[in-house]
Amino acid sequence: MKFQSMMLGALTSVALFTPQMGIADTSDKTIALSNNYAGNSWRQAMLDGWESNAEQAVTAGIIKAADAFTTSENQATEQAAQIQNLILQGYDAIVVNAASPTAINGAVKTACDAGIKVISFDGIVTEPCAWRIAVDFKQMGRNQIKYLAERYPDGGNLLEVRGLAGVFVDDEIHAGIEEAVKGTNFKIVGSVHGDWAQDVAQKVVAGVLPSLPEITAVVTQGGDGYGAAQAIAATDRNMPTIIMGNRQDELKWWSEQKAENGYETISASIAPGVSTLAFWVAQQVLDGQDVPKDLVVPFLEINSDTLDAFLAETPEGSVANVVYTLEDAKKAIASAQGG
Amino acid sequence: MNRESLRILLPVVSLAVLLGAVFYLQPRAMSYFGLNLLFNLAIPVALATVAQMMVIMVNDIDLSIGTFVSFCACVTATFVNETPLLGYSILAVSIVAYAALGALIHYRNLPAIVVTLGMSFVWGGLAVLILPSPGGASPQWLQSLMSVKPPLLPVAIIAPVVIGFLTHILIMRSSFGVLLRGVGGNDRTVSRAGWSVLKLKASAYGLAGLFGVLSGMALIGLTTSADANIALRYTLLSVAGVILGGGEFTGGRISPIGAVIGALTLTLAASFLSFLRLSPDWQIGSQGAILILVLAVRLVFSRKEQVA
Repeated sequence: MKFQSMMLGALTSVALFTPQMGIADTSDKTIALSNNYAGNSWRQAMLDGWESNAEQAVTAGIIKAADAFTTSENQATEQAAQIQNLILQGYDAIVVNAASPTAINGAVKTACDAGIKVISFDGIVTEPCAWRIAVDFKQMGRNQIKYLAERYPDGGNLLEVRGLAGVFVDDEIHAGIEEAVKGTNFKIVGSVHGDWAQDVAQKVVAGVLPSLPEITAVVTQGGDGYGAAQAIAATDRNMPTIIMGNRQDELKWWSEQKAENGYETISASIAPGVSTLAFWVAQQVLDGQDVPKDLVVPFLEINSDTLDAFLAETPEGSVANVVYTLEDAKKAIASAQGG
Repeated sequence: MNRESLRILLPVVSLAVLLGAVFYLQPRAMSYFGLNLLFNLAIPVALATVAQMMVIMVNDIDLSIGTFVSFCACVTATFVNETPLLGYSILAVSIVAYAALGALIHYRNLPAIVVTLGMSFVWGGLAVLILPSPGGASPQWLQSLMSVKPPLLPVAIIAPVVIGFLTHILIMRSSFGVLLRGVGGNDRTVSRAGWSVLKLKASAYGLAGLFGVLSGMALIGLTTSADANIALRYTLLSVAGVILGGGEFTGGRISPIGAVIGALTLTLAASFLSFLRLSPDWQIGSQGAILILVLAVRLVFSRKEQVA
């Protein structure tokens, strides 16, 4: 009897008095995923990752429920309404991949005011009360040059394959590349827009090649490495080091080249499994942990050693994926606290 | 029961049925806080629907209202917030531009559907020019106005009632409103009776512009920040709202209160489907199915009306 009333008291005051108790704390909490779009393979992989991960967490008793909701149209007003519905449904935390960084701020604020934790990832929101798990696209550009500078200390000529003109992501990766190139002996001799699509990249690279000198390496943005390789293979040039973006066709080509002539490069991108990282961050927030408001999504980097393992797991036409664990989330939180 | 009240009966019944279903699925919605969450995003939709109704009233259709509301939202979040005088002037000029479009459409006898489709790109382009990347902030007074908590009823209920009532007085009870509806009914008669159809059409479009501006402002008051694509959905939502609310595409047969209720019903239908935990793949289709169902019921009613 005494034990029961103690439990009752503990339940009502659980958030106030026992924030550091660990896993059991969140077993009566619910998390919702508010997603704005599901129309490509990346988003499908993202939703699948969320669901399988949520299922395991629910079975393990870490969380009570973690449901995914996708708006029927990719519109900010609709997502705002969706978030307001989720507030009504009484979720403890809402994980958001937002249609707009600003246009759902009002709904996010309402959720925060109702005591709900809001964690945005990938498509982040600017509302200060929410957590943000953002992608550092600039770093993605810098990393490519960093790898190349280690491999070719003497520098050389670079061809840059960019993404879709006028899109924020393209500008950011490009800025990162330019910034990193400054301190090296590399020189960007050509720049084309491959629109993150292999066929477009192949066409534009083939078009620009005749006007270019010898190329040491090709820097890319993902989804364009295979196309660039095809265009260069059609000429009598030596194959430069092409940075890849974790797409299955890119990894397959790399693996074939590696078997044939020991081709070396790296590949990096954001894994769709980042939704599972957001899930664990939400769990940590609900657990009462001190989580900084701004976190950075780790890149999924593939090198020669891990290539075959990732290629075997990646379905055709898809992109390499990884499901994050609680440990990964804790690491991301710790690195944000350190920085 | 006269025709007008019969016209309004169906939207009221469909809203009540949906509301009942939502309360059954989610009892938490049955509160001050819950009602506000359910309906506050319906306020800008209701205003956009009234704007669309003004155009449909004169037998035209406006395909640019969604981008126009987005444009107004962007102006509100930037100019109105930072340099109010300039901001309000821009909004005033855009209302005049709307009226001018109405005049042009009548004067040159242009198809409104083409002109407004073209204008939708103009408004969309201007919105992107003003706000190339999402941002801006809501003027403080607007934000406080939209989040005010009056006693008894939440703002999300009071606002639609006020909007519906005021437009009802303006369109259904004033002599000016009768003339405007007359243009939709038979513009030749109106013209022969000595009224300028050009001026009347310009006024109808001007009113549409005014309500579009109000819609954009209300939206920013709720979202607190803008995006150039924020209200694209409103074009089709507003047309659906007018028709759901008992309006017809021709003949100046419209119902302001019905239009507001139509907008509320559409917003609620989306929430209802979300509470049902329906897969998103089925949601758009189901929203359409609800719309068709209501319209089918209306057809049955209007047939009976004709027989009687």
